[in-house]
Amino acid sequence: MRVALFLTCVNDTLYPDTGRAVVKLLTRLGVDVDFPMAQTCCGQAHYNTGYRHEAEPLARHFSDVFGEYDAIVTPSGSCGAMVRELYPRMGERARAEGRGDSLAATLAPVVPRTYELTEFLVDVLEVTDVGAYYPHRVTYHPTCHGLRSLGLGERPLRLLRAVEGLELAELPGAEECCGFGGTFALKNPDVSAAMGADKVRNAASTGAEVLCAADNSCLMHIGGTMARLRTGMRPVHIAEILASTKEDPAV
Amino acid sequence: MSGTFVGMPAFPEAAREAVHDATLRGNLRHATHTIRAKRAKAVAEVSDWATLREAGKRIKDHTLRRLDRYLEQLEESVTAAGGTVHWAADADEANRIVADLVKATGESEVVKVKSMATQEIGLNEALEAEGIRAYETDLAELIVQLGRDRPSHILVPAIHRNRGEIRDIFRREMGEWGRPAPDRLTDTPAELTEAARLHLREKFLRAKVGISGANFMVAETGTLVVVESEGNGRMCLTLPETLISVVGIEKIVPTWRDLEVFLQTLPRSSTAERMNPYTSMWTGTTDGDGPRAFHLVLLDNGRTDTLADEVGRQALRCIRCSACLNVCPVYERAGGHAYGSVYPGPIGAILSPQLRGTGSEIDASLPYASSLCGACYEVCPVAIDIPEVLVHLRERVVEGGQVTSRGDKVVLKPAKGHAAERAAMRAARWAFSRPAALRTGQRLASRTRRLHPRTLPGPGRAWSGTRDLPQVPAEPFRDWWLRTNGGKDGAK
Ligand code: SF4
Repeated sequence: MRVALFLTCVNDTLYPDTGRAVVKLLTRLGVDVDFPMAQTCCGQAHYNTGYRHEAEPLARHFSDVFGEYDAIVTPSGSCGAMVRELYPRMGERARAEGRGDSLAATLAPVVPRTYELTEFLVDVLEVTDVGAYYPHRVTYHPTCHGLRSLGLGERPLRLLRAVEGLELAELPGAEECCGFGGTFALKNPDVSAAMGADKVRNAASTGAEVLCAADNSCLMHIGGTMARLRTGMRPVHIAEILASTKEDPAV
Repeated sequence: MSGTFVGMPAFPEAAREAVHDATLRGNLRHATHTIRAKRAKAVAEVSDWATLREAGKRIKDHTLRRLDRYLEQLEESVTAAGGTVHWAADADEANRIVADLVKATGESEVVKVKSMATQEIGLNEALEAEGIRAYETDLAELIVQLGRDRPSHILVPAIHRNRGEIRDIFRREMGEWGRPAPDRLTDTPAELTEAARLHLREKFLRAKVGISGANFMVAETGTLVVVESEGNGRMCLTLPETLISVVGIEKIVPTWRDLEVFLQTLPRSSTAERMNPYTSMWTGTTDGDGPRAFHLVLLDNGRTDTLADEVGRQALRCIRCSACLNVCPVYERAGGHAYGSVYPGPIGAILSPQLRGTGSEIDASLPYASSLCGACYEVCPVAIDIPEVLVHLRERVVEGGQVTSRGDKVVLKPAKGHAAERAAMRAARWAFSRPAALRTGQRLASRTRRLHPRTLPGPGRAWSGTRDLPQVPAEPFRDWWLRTNGGKDGAK
């Protein structure tokens, strides 16, 4: 099986540790993972802000880069949802606008082959115990696109529960949005900040040291709020927890 | 739509005040979380909820596709049952029709059943201009009216008020409108309700004209349906001599049988009840029972134009249950007033800019009043994909495009104020289409990382005002991958 890592532009630029963790984790599980250097961005920020026509070339580029692989794994529920849920919609819209089937046909191959990391682990590799060790109290925030668009369900929790040493604390109001929402955080700063602060307060009430999620952009917003509110908690991507072992622990 | 909201500031500014009003946020949080939990329980009781939801969606879609045919059928059946049908293209026309009908009765006051459609057209204000006083009889609407306030929720228009505030309003205002509030009125729900009951009873018994909306209209029989909790609507529907119902054309269902779906999904989604306490149905006029004259005013007011839009038309499936408001994290913080419309929350954010167009500042900002978390879509009993429509309308705001306005196809220009954003999006697309350019940018950011400010100028200030910025790492992932051959060369 040819497996490609789609790291997403945000992770690549700002959170390379997440990428390294995914590589380490998948390698440990016997997957030979490739990182196609031509990859850039799935186009989600463009699409969701209303620039669908600017997102189309990025989606085509994505298909060109990843079309050859059997599986495309991404440590981002939100970018995963962009490919799986919104690429088909972009194809349909182009067709409805009388521009033919070309976009839909170009995007079709990558849609079913794109997996969010925890989905890939549980559904494709069929593992829940990935042999991780992480001796910390952790609370898990299911990010909206992972939760509702991709329907990740219990998968991340099953993976976390199998981690040795990890103590899982239930997050009150877990399914409520953290208030990031891409450009929403900039366009509606007051509401976004209020949502973030509530999320952080809920997380702090669990007594966990770490808030974990499967999306670095949400973690950027939550983590930035945590630092400002001085909770002493840390945001950590789930990949980094799953990659952590006794021999090579994540800090 | 109602003139009351013209000139509202854009959503972010309107929301700011609410976000920082601790009482308001407390009221909203308490109310929405309570009803949210109850709704989830009421829905979980039904084993075939998903099927009901799908059925509701299909019935509405089917009807909307053949709306012209069903409207004609409705007109025929209402007329055959002794009613009179009037067609109103917009708010002004509807208001004129209603005012003329009231004047023809010689009356100068009317009692009203809670209705979104009459609020949408600003009927009370229009009637007042004609010297006709309209009394709201729904408890929450009464609170809003007495408080000279605006509704802030579809189902609970006074959701933003707590008991203490309501008692103060009753004490201060009831006497101005009719029977005053009892002396020493406290803020217990029982006393407040009793005060409202006595105040309203006087109105019910006196009024000769009633005005209502409807939750549903059945095409085959010409029957209108109002679903309510308090029974005040039923008083208005049965006691007056003349009944005038103003209803949006999308409220139609083809057959009596179709109601079976919505009478299950609506109460559970809205008040979290298995069945609402009062369901009133009326068909034309009947000798010796109920109103002698019945007028149905069918309201378009942007609905046909909305129907012409392939993506946006699903908003017309809405049965106004308000479930989407109660789960929306943005509504919970911003409150209903910030939406600048009688339709607040997620549904308001997609309905108002379609019914009114995206021309005003508030309407152009509404499609952005969402983090696209999808909670609204998940709870909607007719499966309106609100996030999809939001993004579609964002596109209309930033790129313009073809829309139908008053039946004509027109090409919209992009809204003002998005030039910088558009340029940034284009630049980002340019860079993202060229991996080499992306890499150069990343390297530049890494090399200058010590120079990056902790606070940002321009639109970024909003970010760094409440959140710390992430630090740019020393090396982007792709450079690490190249340097270490994907970690195979041993380096970390
Ligand atoms: S959009 Fe759906 S959830 Fe919201 S009020 Fe309408 S029917 Fe209810």
